[in-house]
Amino acid sequence: MKKIYTCIICPRSCELEADILPDGQVSVSGNGCPRGAEWIRNELSDPKRTIASSVLVEGGEKEIVSVRLSSPVPLRMIFPIMDEIRKVSVTAPVSIGDIIIRDVLSSGADVIATSSVLAKKE
Amino acid sequence: MENRGIVVIGAGPTGLAAAVKLRRLGAEDVLVIERENETGGILRQCIHDGFGLERFGKSISGPEYAALLKSEAEELDIECLTGTSVLEISKDRTITAASPSGVVEIHAEAIIAAAGCRERSRGSIMIPGERPAGVYTAGTAQAYMNLYNRMPGRNAVILGSGDIGLIMARRLTLEGAKVSAVFELQDHPNGLERNIVQCLDDYSIPLYLSHTVTEIHGKDRIEGVTVSAVDGNLKPIEGTEKYYPCDTLILSVGLIPDNTILENAGVEIDPVTNGAVVDEHLMTSVPGIFSAGNMLHVHDLADFASAEAEAAAENAFLYASGKLDTGRNLSVVPGEGVSHTVPGRITGHGPFTVSLRVRKKERGKTVEVRQGGKILGYRFFPLVIPSQMISVDAEAAAGCENVEVIVR
Ligand SMILES: Cc1cc2nc3c(=O)[nH]c(=O)nc-3n(C[C@H](O)[C@H](O)[C@H](O)COP(=O)(O)OP(=O)(O)OC[C@H]3O[C@@H](n4cnc5c(N)ncnc54)[C@H](O)[C@@H]3O)c2cc1C
Ligand code: SF4
Repeated sequence: MKKIYTCIICPRSCELEADILPDGQVSVSGNGCPRGAEWIRNELSDPKRTIASSVLVEGGEKEIVSVRLSSPVPLRMIFPIMDEIRKVSVTAPVSIGDIIIRDVLSSGADVIATSSVLAKKE
Repeated sequence: MENRGIVVIGAGPTGLAAAVKLRRLGAEDVLVIERENETGGILRQCIHDGFGLERFGKSISGPEYAALLKSEAEELDIECLTGTSVLEISKDRTITAASPSGVVEIHAEAIIAAAGCRERSRGSIMIPGERPAGVYTAGTAQAYMNLYNRMPGRNAVILGSGDIGLIMARRLTLEGAKVSAVFELQDHPNGLERNIVQCLDDYSIPLYLSHTVTEIHGKDRIEGVTVSAVDGNLKPIEGTEKYYPCDTLILSVGLIPDNTILENAGVEIDPVTNGAVVDEHLMTSVPGIFSAGNMLHVHDLADFASAEAEAAAENAFLYASGKLDTGRNLSVVPGEGVSHTVPGRITGHGPFTVSLRVRKKERGKTVEVRQGGKILGYRFFPLVIPSQMISVDAEAAAGCENVEVIVR
């Protein structure tokens, strides 16, 4: 199976053609340098991504606080991590950068707050 | 009426960066006017990351980028009137605004207009059929989810492959909704390649190019859409209709600057970008009124909007000190392969930078800035794409011939 990608590693933006062979090996052509081939092999075998979502806040001026992963995790872990994010809630105040879930599912990434929510005034 | 120094309209990444720069240059009286109760602009709802690589050297989310800019502004004691909406600007730079304490009038030595842009909506693309609930622009759906914790629906179809639509396709999927497909009228995607891969391919959401929604079904709430393939002239092809059930239709059909307030001030507007026609100092046709960011032309990256804001700030500062070089008037015209340029005019005598968008995706192209037979500047691009704004530095123009920008 052949697939075309635009390399995102450097501005040369080479058009890479990846051929996934029946034995699972990947042959790459069109890359201007070895980094392109390495990138596409990772992309095809175990791509890494970050995601953003939001978490419920109790007693805050807002209902939710935005969160993201502190570093990329394997794509296959995204849905399990979303389940963890959905399970938690936090109590205001929340500050930007607060760790909401440390080392979520042992992925090495933390779920961190990307905005602040003050406590609701009585 | 109050007399003020330099007034910035809008406190998004453009307005805040402009105000910060003005203060750092030594401007004493800087006032920012913002319609919302909070600063940050559109960034507040863009919770995904991918912002800040240029300005802050790291990839962060929109709210974090806004917070960093806000703390820079606070450190410099910049005055910001929030909850205050600019209603009108006059030719002599008098601003009329509605504030929580009533209508205020402020005369400014210089104005930087950075009020962002709005989304094209259903009205601007004209889909026949019913007008049921459940049809949203991508930005509205994004605000619902990210600011107010409201799910727009459970089963969505997205029309248009703009970045906001792509980002929303992923966000909806992650939150448990189904996104059946994304349809794009043009034969090429509108959003960044990175977003196609990371928001659609990753979640196996199909993207159909050269397709459009030709009918919306449902009475109170949308129940489905009819989609057709289109021909080379973007006309629906009969017999290709297909029905997709959905409870939500998200429109991501582009952003467009809203320049009513500048237009009323007598500022000349570029019909292609719908932004002001500016010179290389980012000054509009009305002396002392500058424009930058998404209000001038739609930017892909907040970092570039902030960088443009700094250039506008430098020039507004020069203008307020009576030192801006504006002795002449040459036009900058988009030539072969170029859809629009900023600036549209040259009024000074120094080197300048041209930002532009190309008409089509091509490999191995050089963008040239020319005047008569002379090349004022050029830059080689391995790949040019309409969805990516690019820029070229040029040396000073001479004489009075117009400047042309071409792709070759
Ligand atoms: C969904 C989406 C995803 C994006 N993704 C990325 C990304 O991954 N990386 C990246 O770098 N960039 C991204 N961008 C682009 C970036 O967000 C914009 O380029 C940038 O926000 C433009 O800033 P601005 O200050 O010009 O406009 P805005 O952020 O829109 O700010 C304009 C401000 O002006 C105020 N205003 C409007 N009218 C008035 C008035 N009459 N009186 C007073 N105030 C007024 C508004 O309330 C607002 O606060 C994205 C944009 C969107 C919409
Ligand atoms: S393959 Fe190498 S040269 Fe080509 S874009 Fe990727 S990193 Fe750059």
